[in-house]
Amino acid sequence: MKEVKLTDYAFKGIEHGEIADLRTLDASDKHRILHAGVDVDSDAASAVFMHMDQSTVHCESRDPGLELLDIKAAMKRYDGLPEYAWKLVPRDKDEFTRNVAENVHGGYFIRTKPGAKIAKPVQSCLFLKAEKGGQNVHNIVVVEEGSELHILTGCSTAHSTTSAAHLGITEYYVKKGGKLTFTMVHNWGQNATVRPRSVGVVEEGGVFQSNYVLLNPVGTLQMYPAIYLNGRGAIARFNSIIVTPEGSHVDCGNRVIMNAPETRSEIISRAITTGGVNIARGHIAGHAVPCRGHLECKGLILGGGQMLAVPELDATVEGVDLSHEAAVGKIAQDEIEYLMARGMDEAEATSTIVRGFLNVDIMGLEGPLAKAIQEQVEQIDANAM
Amino acid sequence: MLKIEDLRVSIGDREVLRGINLHIREGETFILFGPNGSGKTSLLMTLMGFSGYTVTGGRIIFRGQDITHMPMFERARLGIGMSFQRPPTIHGLKTRHLVQMCARGREIDPEAMARKVNFEEFLERDINAGFSGGEIKRSELLQLMAQKPGLVLFDEPESGVDLENMQLIGKVVRRLLDGEVDALPDCNKPLKCKVRTSGLIITHTGYILDYINADRGQVLYQGHLCCEARPRDILEHIRSYGYQECIKCLNEPAPGQIVL
Repeated sequence: MKEVKLTDYAFKGIEHGEIADLRTLDASDKHRILHAGVDVDSDAASAVFMHMDQSTVHCESRDPGLELLDIKAAMKRYDGLPEYAWKLVPRDKDEFTRNVAENVHGGYFIRTKPGAKIAKPVQSCLFLKAEKGGQNVHNIVVVEEGSELHILTGCSTAHSTTSAAHLGITEYYVKKGGKLTFTMVHNWGQNATVRPRSVGVVEEGGVFQSNYVLLNPVGTLQMYPAIYLNGRGAIARFNSIIVTPEGSHVDCGNRVIMNAPETRSEIISRAITTGGVNIARGHIAGHAVPCRGHLECKGLILGGGQMLAVPELDATVEGVDLSHEAAVGKIAQDEIEYLMARGMDEAEATSTIVRGFLNVDIMGLEGPLAKAIQEQVEQIDANAM
Repeated sequence: MLKIEDLRVSIGDREVLRGINLHIREGETFILFGPNGSGKTSLLMTLMGFSGYTVTGGRIIFRGQDITHMPMFERARLGIGMSFQRPPTIHGLKTRHLVQMCARGREIDPEAMARKVNFEEFLERDINAGFSGGEIKRSELLQLMAQKPGLVLFDEPESGVDLENMQLIGKVVRRLLDGEVDALPDCNKPLKCKVRTSGLIITHTGYILDYINADRGQVLYQGHLCCEARPRDILEHIRSYGYQECIKCLNEPAPGQIVL
């Protein structure tokens, strides 16, 4: 892994005032965050949150079933959120969690009302603008019993060359019968250092669904979000699409621990390296029966780079049903020729196959986000070839 | 439409086609017979332009252009379409999407086309993923309808197909060759509005002959074409005497011109 020196970044003194209307952001910033899936010109959001460098600059809920607060305000209002804050991620887990715990800059606290089905997604954007800036973010999401929520979070630097560090703690609580869909799009740059630390708990009959998209370069990114299925019948699904161009170093996996009977989990990742290093991890543990888990990790090397797939299955009870499938390959010539026989040139054929491989459709995304992802996928092999 | 002149092709060091001469006119359907390993599939693959088939001599002229060394996608855009025997599965590529791409911007109605081959419920499936023999044929026909080629290369339309599907496939192949796929509905002179498509079809069993108007046929034997005749007569002859008779044809002074 690439060495990270936190002392290279300023974790103090880069603050911004409130931005009441995000449409007033300059065009270049808007374009960057649009590529992270956040469209500030759209009103198709139930709530809008933005954190820039070391300040929450915008925080607005438009749905009565939904509470959205800056994390510092929430800690003040709810006496430090004793049930939720730092319960899943230990403060002293590593140097990054310690750094955040000592000096939280902001982040969101999102909580639904019991039974509330929030139709439109919450739109959240974590933005790094200042050169050599360091960002400490702490997020807490609470999906109350029987409620449903989709959070769409886009993380971006202001420029593809911005050198900055993002450290983010996220704790998810999905209560009985709740459903959380968490879609995260990263649009960092070749000099960005990224260390998210995320853990969630899902209670009886709850569903946690994660979609993760990383199509652009990132200096170094390491994360291994974990979900504990602690209630009977709980479900966790992770879909990831990761592309590592030259210079990118990504060590990224998903972990699901099934602690209750009748739980299910599925981790699907599609990774392409076009010159960078891509370590694709996956871990499913089964500690109760019946439970079922499947891990699928497929990688393509286009041009150069390294793909390291590390799938792990951990079963401690008789009757656990776990499987994994990992493959690293290349685009098959017969697939290219099949499409060329239909009139596509080699570049068209390749991008069609890559698009299919990345399986973007599985996430069921719509609108400007789907379009932004589509555009970036088209770019992948144009850059690689 | 298609003119092949003294075509010689090798796969690696092995010569598989040894001087093929063939002329298929506009709207004509030509049937190719021959035992396994005689070079039939190699001829189709060479015409389409697959890698691995090296042309060592001769030329292929299509619509007046020398396509001998043209890349595959340009041949396709020029109007050559091929039905694959064992097409690859492409995960994440929906049949509907591929059908759209086959049309290359021409406006088509994928639903209506799929209905003609009883394939509507496959439009949202990944192309060729778990398709049976008959389903592959229907999928290939659907793509060809969208592509609307001037020359169709069809390798064994009857292989892996049950009798019920054979009828459907036979009829659709005929419609494709008759150019009825997307003739304008308000056309008042249907025969004139049709643009007849040429066909080069490989068959072992000859079942396809029950459905289409095949004009001419020939036997490919050990890399040579011989025994030009009406397709039904060739089939009859092969059934009675086997392919051994072809050796005799080859030994005649004008090979390929003997009427059986």
